[in-house]
Amino acid sequence: MNNRVVSEKPQAVYFYGTCLIDLLYPHAGVSAVELLRREGVAVIYPQSQTCCGQPAWNSGYRDEALAVARAQLALFPRTIPLVIPSASCAGMMKVHYPELFRGQPDEADALNMAGRVYELTAFLVDVLDIRLTDLGDPVSVVAHTSCTARRELGVGDKLHTLLRQLHNVEILEPENSAECCGFGGTFAVKQPEISAAMALEKAAAVRATGAQRLVSQDCGCLMNIGGVMEKQNQAMPRQHIAELLWERTKK
Amino acid sequence: MTTDFRSNVAHALKQDAVQTHFRTVVDRLRAHRQAALTDDAAFEQLRSRCRAIRADAIRRLPDLLELFESNAQRSGIQVHWAETTLQANQIVLDIMRRHRATFLVKGKSMVSEEMGVNAFLQSHGIDCLETDLGEFIVQMAGEKPAHIIVPAIHKNRREIAHLMHRHFPGLPYSEDIETLAQSVRRFMRDKFRAAPVGLTGVNFMVAETGTLCLVENEGNGRMCSTVPPVHIAVTGIEKVIARLDDLPPLLNLLTRSATGQPITAYVNMINSPRRPGDKDGPDEVHLILLDNGRSHIAGDPELLKTLHCIRCGACINHCPVYRQIGGHAYGTVIPGPIGTILEPQKQGLDAAAGELPQASTLCGACAEVCPVRIPIPAIINRLRWESVRKNQQSQNSRPVVPGAGSGRKSLEATIWKIWAWCCTHPGIYNRLTKLATCLRNRLPADMGAWTVVRKAPKPAQVTLHERLRKMDIDHE
Repeated sequence: MNNRVVSEKPQAVYFYGTCLIDLLYPHAGVSAVELLRREGVAVIYPQSQTCCGQPAWNSGYRDEALAVARAQLALFPRTIPLVIPSASCAGMMKVHYPELFRGQPDEADALNMAGRVYELTAFLVDVLDIRLTDLGDPVSVVAHTSCTARRELGVGDKLHTLLRQLHNVEILEPENSAECCGFGGTFAVKQPEISAAMALEKAAAVRATGAQRLVSQDCGCLMNIGGVMEKQNQAMPRQHIAELLWERTKK
Repeated sequence: MTTDFRSNVAHALKQDAVQTHFRTVVDRLRAHRQAALTDDAAFEQLRSRCRAIRADAIRRLPDLLELFESNAQRSGIQVHWAETTLQANQIVLDIMRRHRATFLVKGKSMVSEEMGVNAFLQSHGIDCLETDLGEFIVQMAGEKPAHIIVPAIHKNRREIAHLMHRHFPGLPYSEDIETLAQSVRRFMRDKFRAAPVGLTGVNFMVAETGTLCLVENEGNGRMCSTVPPVHIAVTGIEKVIARLDDLPPLLNLLTRSATGQPITAYVNMINSPRRPGDKDGPDEVHLILLDNGRSHIAGDPELLKTLHCIRCGACINHCPVYRQIGGHAYGTVIPGPIGTILEPQKQGLDAAAGELPQASTLCGACAEVCPVRIPIPAIINRLRWESVRKNQQSQNSRPVVPGAGSGRKSLEATIWKIWAWCCTHPGIYNRLTKLATCLRNRLPADMGAWTVVRKAPKPAQVTLHERLRKMDIDHE
């Protein structure tokens, strides 16, 4: 998918933090904002944002998903990019809002917004053409690409593109790297046995690489894989890609 | 709540050996498919072409079926229509009785599994012998197929050797695949010769010529359809395609997606019963066209894509859920992603299969490999909606999906309402997240299903909203 709809670097972007990052991983959000600002892009963060509505959409509660999505839609009226540090939430707005709003009076607004949505790594690579200088110590990482980045948005390669710019970062590939980690939102609690089996297999594959850190563009995967590792008392440091990039490149 | 499906899953996950074996075979099938896709661009073109062929066929389903029927009948194939599996079974039974037949040989057919024809005929004193090696193994074990292409995928070589030994006590015990296959082949030869009736499935029906196409690798399908004096083919009505020219691309795509083969060892094109001067072939060919909910599915513009399926099994081989739980846990004739969307539409969302749409992470691996690009995750999402949507149908009209609304639980619906209210009231939302950060060290370690294998996530000290409020950025 060609993710690039603006031809030149925008002066300002909206930032959508996502509910998961808001409550559990704010460092990831702050790091993403810092990265964007360093590239000379003004960041606008509407404080009334909450959740994109995906949990309800994926659970079949479309009325509730629509109400929540509509509340977000109102917050991003300017025709500037909307950058989201999560492929999962970006996919909801970019791919599923057009379905969710189909036939609704505000369908045109939803389509307009969907066209402006960027997943963070895709925005950094495709739009900003970011150049990074690694200031960090040598480290080995597993770069876990989320299923939404890989398949729904087709931006799964951006994670690696960014990491390859950091000369002191070694990228290790776990077995079955394209396999889902078993999170799947409410799937994890509706089918806990299957989710657990998938998460355990993923955690084992990640650990088997011997990597020092786990990074991803989606905090849902990190929460799932990391939660399993912690339960087994074999936690390994994990970071959202924005955190790792900011930490290793800030002066 | 422990449902049938959940207990099946628990059982499947306990069988370590079976799980490991499943993964090995599934990984091999994935590798075979990958190796067969030498030219990405050409393969994508082939997918697009076949998608269009199938979409066109399903769009014109009634017309093509009528055209097929008249062409097949003209060549002497007897066409029977069955709305239900019971009717289809009854038609088979009637044919058997007319020929005073008490035994039939069977080629591999998922529609025959859907009909449950073996059990039905057995209850009427008629024996069915599965002649596909995988199906025969499953039959010896008294089980059901665990995969639509590889029915005995769950059985390893040793289990098969033991089964064979128990079934044929006269044969020396062997774990050698070639030896086992030879023994079965010898046994089957006599059965093919003696059988009064052969029953097979169908891969495609060609409307413009009235041809039945059946692909297979073992030659047993050809034996079943040519040696016995009567051949009965059973198929779902969705297998029709318009033209003979549509067939080569479809077969090419089917075999590459299924097993990575460029073509199967046998491609059977059945045009008529034996004609004067023919050296072989049955005296009678019957085709049973089974609906069993398919025409209803064809009525919905989104759901009808389910019927585009060409039964290659690629989605099954690439599904991370199937990889964990195997085929039997689904409790349906067709497992995996395609079963997850097809079976609830046929059985109803209020049946056991109604839970299957929940058994997906929506990872999209199925849609990525589906040769005819069925948007399986989107249909799963749709079925989840159908399952919990409020009943808006009048009592007289049939719901789009049988059992729609049956999954709506008032507690769950209330929780989503409250959630939506919080997320549409930022003041409330922010107070709640603030509260969570304050209680971060006092939240329960046990968070139900989530914490069975995971530690509970811990709220941050300060939310992103609050942290960014203090930063020098715009908050319009």
